[in-house]
Amino acid sequence: MNAAAELFYTESHEWIRIEGEKAYWGITDYAQEHLGDIVFVELPEADIDIEAGDRLAVIESVKAVSDVYTPLSGTIILVNEDLETSPELLNEDPYENYIAVIAFSDISEKEKLMSVSQYEAFCQEEDKK
Amino acid sequence: MSLKRTKLYDMHVEYGGKMVDFGGWELPVQYAGIIKEHNMVRQKAGLFDVSHMGEIEIKGDQAEDFIQYLMTNDVKTIKDNQVQYSLMCYPHGGVVDDLVIYRFSREHYLLVVNAANTDKDFDWIQLNYQEGFSGLIIENVSEQYSQLALQGPAAEDILQKICSIDLKDIKYFWFNPRVKLAGIDCLVSRTGYTGEDGFEVYTSGDASVIWEEILKAGGEDVAPIGLGARDTLRFEAKLPLYGQEINEDISPLEAGLGYFVKLDKANFIGREALKAQQQTGGGRVTVQFEMVGKGIPRSHYQVEKDGVNIGWVTTGAFAPALNKNLGLALIKSEFNVNEGAMDIIIRDKKIPARIRPGIFYKRSK
Repeated sequence: MNAAAELFYTESHEWIRIEGEKAYWGITDYAQEHLGDIVFVELPEADIDIEAGDRLAVIESVKAVSDVYTPLSGTIILVNEDLETSPELLNEDPYENYIAVIAFSDISEKEKLMSVSQYEAFCQEEDKK
Repeated sequence: MSLKRTKLYDMHVEYGGKMVDFGGWELPVQYAGIIKEHNMVRQKAGLFDVSHMGEIEIKGDQAEDFIQYLMTNDVKTIKDNQVQYSLMCYPHGGVVDDLVIYRFSREHYLLVVNAANTDKDFDWIQLNYQEGFSGLIIENVSEQYSQLALQGPAAEDILQKICSIDLKDIKYFWFNPRVKLAGIDCLVSRTGYTGEDGFEVYTSGDASVIWEEILKAGGEDVAPIGLGARDTLRFEAKLPLYGQEINEDISPLEAGLGYFVKLDKANFIGREALKAQQQTGGGRVTVQFEMVGKGIPRSHYQVEKDGVNIGWVTTGAFAPALNKNLGLALIKSEFNVNEGAMDIIIRDKKIPARIRPGIFYKRSK
């Protein structure tokens, strides 16, 4: 499993990367690895207001359907429309291919997320289950 | 409960199979990835471990009559060394299981059944035997056999390299019970569950040797294939899966398998119910559909027409070789119209789909 150092992680295997006032948001390598070949992504709409914990996207692999949740509240300012035609980008590079960009409203929500070392330890525990 | 393992378990681990619990069996869901494996079978060849399948042997003077009574298909039409796809039904017309019948002789057959149904089938067969037949030996011999499948356009060339007989002599849905593969005694049939040409191999010998020899003989033209691609391959070729297209509440006629139901043969279990269903139309029918809107149909998703429920999806998936989202749905018969529009309910949204025959995969011969 690969996890990128500068990101923050959720227990439901999403990542965020903060750049100034906005956050890029996607799924982790662990998530794409467990889903297998991704063949469909249901993207959120741009310009909608969101609450931390909302289901914003659905990712479907050949075998599984998986919900993707936002850890941050705010507004969606951009969605990665490339994923509509090329959902496999999430398998190829899940950190480069974000799902959406969020203008977050409460930076303190970041404190609930895991660092890379915490996330790696969390994934190891998940694998033992 | 600990999971059962086939004799090829070590091979799966060695070749990087991602092992999962598959109905109580620890089997690989994938190796290189489902889509890659799927396309490998369509374009070249793939090797499957299907040793979890059940085998039930029936021997004795009345074997043919007994099987004829159990099955919807007409077993009297096959000859020695021939294979037949068939279904066993309950008296009400629902399906006990679908299976293939291998005829060694009029007094000796092997039934190959779905793994998860093996015990249920065996009990069903025993029950019906005791109620009206005698002098037969009926045995669940599943533990004795490993089963491999080599499927795809390159399957014959690859298997020929390690085979003692000329495989061209085995025609589609025939078998040879005395074949040596890599020196090991096998039964080989030209059958499969992928929509491709190919073979299924049964052996009580060391299946891992055959596994390795096939991969060696095929080189880059063959790869091990997991159960994930087995499902997408069978679905893309519109082959039914027990528990989805058919079950105890869905008859073979409703599932579009009427070709395998011979209502005019002598009495068999389910005949009266199926005959009545055929005469009245039964009210439900399985249709093929293609998604028009964005979304992947999945088993048990509901189907609506003008806001009214008309049925559900039995299997739906992204079909890798066709690059389309396709489905099979069991719907009320009156809505079975060519190019008929309907909605698949995906996460509470109505996503448009269209009934469209002829959209599934057919290999070019």
